[in-house]
Amino acid sequence: MDYVPAIMRWLHLMAGVMWIGLLYYFNFVQVAALKAAAADSTAAGITKHVAPRALFYFRWAALVTWLAGAALLGSSFVGAFTLQAGHVPIGIGAWLGTIMLLNVWGLIWPNQKKVLGLKPATDEEKNKARRIAFLASRTNTMLSIPMLFFMAAGAHSGIYGL
Amino acid sequence: MTNPLDSLWGTVISGLVLTVALYVVAHALI
Repeated sequence: MDYVPAIMRWLHLMAGVMWIGLLYYFNFVQVAALKAAAADSTAAGITKHVAPRALFYFRWAALVTWLAGAALLGSSFVGAFTLQAGHVPIGIGAWLGTIMLLNVWGLIWPNQKKVLGLKPATDEEKNKARRIAFLASRTNTMLSIPMLFFMAAGAHSGIYGL
Repeated sequence: MTNPLDSLWGTVISGLVLTVALYVVAHALI
């Protein structure tokens, strides 16, 4: 067994499942749940107890996924990111994953800190932060669809015709 | 014009359209 690539692929998949699983939880479940909970004043249960925990695993799983993916690429890292021959599908997947990671740490987490009251902010700043975090999260959900396609195609290019 | 990302299904459809577009690009690069 080739230990390092085998363990990195395993780690990449496990952390990726946690990252994208929580992303889908936020977008498919929590957004609608918060809207319903706001109507009967029970949103605090989610914003105080669920969202901070989910965001913790979400942002660190994103980083672990990217680092394990980079380690897995190894000597193909530059070839993938410059879309060299033989690396186009995984390169597109890697670019999408990288944009998503930057969205998590650069937009979603800093703005969610204001929304959840972990960082002081006025009501106006919170409303602006809520909109930015929402759109960044939706952008990542949109990007996850081709990202997962190209991750699969990178490992099984034959069946995808790439 | 409404933002497709405001709707969950608009987001999913946008992702599918982007997948097809990138597939065509990938094919052209190979």
